[in-house]
Amino acid sequence: MAEKKIRILLAQFPLENHNRGLIAVAGLLRDAGMEVILLGNAVSNRIIDTAIQEDVDVVGISTYCGGELALGKELMKVAEKKGIKDRTAFVLGGIFPPSDAPKLEAIGFSGTFPPSASREEIIAGVKAAAAAKK
Amino acid sequence: METGIAQKVLAGDVLAASRLMRGLEDEDANAIEQLKTLYPHTGKAYIVGVTGSPGAGKSSIIGCLIGIFRRRGLKVGVVAIDPTSPFTHGAILGDRIRMQQYNIDNDVFIRSLATRGWSGGLSKATISTIHVMDAMGKDIILVETVGAGQAEVDIVRVADTAIVVLTPGMGDEIQMMKAGIMEIADIFVVNKADIAGAEELKEELKVMISMKPHLPGQWQPSVALTEAVCDRGTEELATEILKHKEFLGTSGDMTEKRRARAKLELIDAIESSLMNYIYRNIDKGDYLEGLIEDLTRRATDPYSAAQRIITQLSQQLEPGYDAVTNSSGKPADRNK
Repeated sequence: MAEKKIRILLAQFPLENHNRGLIAVAGLLRDAGMEVILLGNAVSNRIIDTAIQEDVDVVGISTYCGGELALGKELMKVAEKKGIKDRTAFVLGGIFPPSDAPKLEAIGFSGTFPPSASREEIIAGVKAAAAAKK
Repeated sequence: METGIAQKVLAGDVLAASRLMRGLEDEDANAIEQLKTLYPHTGKAYIVGVTGSPGAGKSSIIGCLIGIFRRRGLKVGVVAIDPTSPFTHGAILGDRIRMQQYNIDNDVFIRSLATRGWSGGLSKATISTIHVMDAMGKDIILVETVGAGQAEVDIVRVADTAIVVLTPGMGDEIQMMKAGIMEIADIFVVNKADIAGAEELKEELKVMISMKPHLPGQWQPSVALTEAVCDRGTEELATEILKHKEFLGTSGDMTEKRRARAKLELIDAIESSLMNYIYRNIDKGDYLEGLIEDLTRRATDPYSAAQRIITQLSQQLEPGYDAVTNSSGKPADRNK
């Protein structure tokens, strides 16, 4: 019997320019036994469409250039509209003002990972986010 | 998994369709029940396989083809397969990143699959994922294999048109004579056509094709030159695919292909049902582990061990056995 595997989509908002963080996280999640779907830069509509088609447990957003709160809200709005808010978890990592972390959680990101987050913290955070949606 | 998913898929519900694909990949029993309901609605989509070495440009070419087929009014499905790590069982599914040129619309559905231990270039769930897309009403389904070497040729069992993507600088004409991937193409694509050697490769392929005995009424593989990153040569490729489709329709080869596929699906289904039965009913108390132990010590051989399992299996099977409920209930229960 096949075991239930965690599927996660990794994406960035359109203006993000650095993808090293996303690639590093993709590698460590793969090594933790997850199936990681890479999308790269995309608008909210495409991120949510992809999350639907791939039936991922978690959507992970990598952010560096700011504006993550506004764009995060937009992403959640699309997720709500397209009906995946209750079946998909959202997490976010990268560089953002520490004071934004509670606000991000309030709008629906169940995990936020600052640059200091360790490999173990990221893996555990993703697993917890996925488990909360099953 | 809730019931009634099949009806939702037929009505075009993408959430239901993707959840069903997940269930099929995870071998959920109810998902297979749903697929039974969908099966009569499948068999309409045209299936195009795209294979070739890692980095040859398979995903980029598919990215171009999605847009072209959409402009021609076709509904498009894509199944993109990438390898699972044999060590951690994780996977990076990175084909989609090259398929973003198309406009988001409900008539494109892309699904990434990991091989999950399957060799041959596909994954176990490939055919069932294709079936779901087919039932959703997709006209054409593009299947991208893992980056293939020489022998990952399973795609030929699944696809109506098999495309092999090559790039310049991959070896001489001896490589071309080898069996395997060079034999399965209905259409060869020489991608990265701006690189030196592309025209030469095209000519070498044409020579290779012309050296093979060609019977009248048989499809002769064609060679297309593309530069997928700038969408060059891809219109011609799309036209060639549709030309092959038409050829299969008029020559009767399509019926032949579909029949061969039906046979393989049946054998796959029998194999997996049998294996499931063995895991559930014979493997109790680490029976298989014990046999493996014996094999490692050379205390028995795999052929006798397999025959022992089959003997045990046939003794266990009672007249009332039902493979659906996987129980040996009374015969009346079977009609449930």
